[in-house]
Amino acid sequence: MKITREEVEKVALLARLDLTEVEKDIFTGQMDAILAYVDKLNELDTSGVIPTAHAVPMENAFRDDEERPSIGVDNALANAPERADGFYRVPKVIE
Amino acid sequence: MELYDLTIHELHGKLKMREVSSVEATQACLERIGAVEEKVHAFITVTSEEALKGAAQADLRIAAGDMDILTGIPVALKDIFLTKGTLTTCGSRILDNFIPPYDATSWLKLKERGAVLLGKLNQDEFAMGSSCESSHFGPTRNPWDLERIPGGSSGGSAAAIAARQAIATLGTDTGGSIRQPASHCGCVGLKPTYGRVSRYGVIAYASSLDQVGPVARDVTDCAIMLGAVAGYDPADSTSVNIPVPDYAKALAIDVKGLKIGLPKECFISGLDPDVQKAMDEAIAVYKGLGAEFVEISLPTLDYAVAAYYLIATAEASSNLARYDGVRFGHRTETAQGLIDMYKKSRAEGFGTEVKRRIMLGTYALSSGYYDAYYLKAQKVRTLIMHDFLSAFEKVDIILTPVAPTPAFKIGEKINDPLQMYLSDIFTIPVNLAGTCAISAPAGFSGEGLPIGMQLIGRPFGEETIIRAAYTFEQATEWHKRKADI
Repeated sequence: MKITREEVEKVALLARLDLTEVEKDIFTGQMDAILAYVDKLNELDTSGVIPTAHAVPMENAFRDDEERPSIGVDNALANAPERADGFYRVPKVIE
Repeated sequence: MELYDLTIHELHGKLKMREVSSVEATQACLERIGAVEEKVHAFITVTSEEALKGAAQADLRIAAGDMDILTGIPVALKDIFLTKGTLTTCGSRILDNFIPPYDATSWLKLKERGAVLLGKLNQDEFAMGSSCESSHFGPTRNPWDLERIPGGSSGGSAAAIAARQAIATLGTDTGGSIRQPASHCGCVGLKPTYGRVSRYGVIAYASSLDQVGPVARDVTDCAIMLGAVAGYDPADSTSVNIPVPDYAKALAIDVKGLKIGLPKECFISGLDPDVQKAMDEAIAVYKGLGAEFVEISLPTLDYAVAAYYLIATAEASSNLARYDGVRFGHRTETAQGLIDMYKKSRAEGFGTEVKRRIMLGTYALSSGYYDAYYLKAQKVRTLIMHDFLSAFEKVDIILTPVAPTPAFKIGEKINDPLQMYLSDIFTIPVNLAGTCAISAPAGFSGEGLPIGMQLIGRPFGEETIIRAAYTFEQATEWHKRKADI
């Protein structure tokens, strides 16, 4: 086994996903099969190979730090599930 | 020939000569959508009212002589493009109420030229899929055979062209999501070089691979759409600041002496016989037109799918962290505290394929596995890029099938993710290498399903693949067949 049900539960917590018991079972089997498949990458010798993060070589893109119009508070909050006094409203963070 | 059957360049001619108005053409497309949408389900949202308003404005521009090739042309967008004031779901429940406060740059560019928006097209949820079956809003069906998938993730973009519901569409391509549906639906689809088109306002899946491109009826329309959306955008720091060529000039009949590479790894036994036959015939057509064929090798091709499903899922797990029920999108009604709200909102909002990829990506990035999976995949990516660069020292373009089989049946691969992933084996390497490719109609299966060929070009070599595809198109009739719907 490449991955156990306990590891799947740990990863689900990291990913902030509340999985059902059935989903945990199915994902354990499917992730196991996919991870076994991707193991074929180890057939390739990559010692000394530089990893590629982006296909096009790029440097940092700088621009002048000028004041520009933003979308504004009302637009930014327009899609919020809950809002209050110009802020996003969330459940209590600190008990 | 109905108005909705026309290409961009044909409709442009009629608009210019005042034979028809944009309102008439738009009305024709909207009526066509009304007539076939129940069967095809290419759209998530149809914006009839705004479309007719936009068409009326376009007609005013045309009357005033202020006309561009896209002015008055009815188009549709994959639901991954932000459209100010119009619902944008990305095929997901988690965004089923999201009204963007701004436009994607690529849509803004089309709008400024006077293109008319018919609506937003169905797709696999968050562009994760090869069949359009993972959409929260139900699957799109292939207009050539309603029992079959249209391909994915831009399945709606291709189906709407094949069903003649829109004149041209935009899609996005992370591992084949423009080319594979274009192939399965008998359209032309182009995935530009990474950095050629701005992704600003395009909902992110895997940021080092995602690219915007057109799906259209012919190569000319693809060139027109690419020319309209390509170019540097200060709002997307990954867009590349090099001049946009006049792609119309690449629409020339000329492949004499063009060196076309055939990767031996792509023409293996086991390729679907109909696909093999279509490729053999395409090669014969090109030979007749004076192109030269060279056998090449892409030894790492067989590793591309494995590398892709680590890199893409890792990036997705990071990109999709923003859907937490705080600022936009779905929020659970049963949260016990903040963390529980995140977990439940995401569990309720995401579908199975998205959850599976977030899980894989989170695992590949997690402590203890990063080197073995994510970093290893990025190193293999370097080898894949080198394979392509060495091949392009010997040849001008590379020809492969787009997909190993014609469109499969709805439900056939939905419970076997690995088999689904392997259907992208010929398209995925192009995204990893960051280069450009076009999918063009090259034949039909015994069952009457379209088969596409893929022409891969050098980075920023869009003109060469457009010229090669155009030359083939002018010598063949495949693109003229219409789905009987």
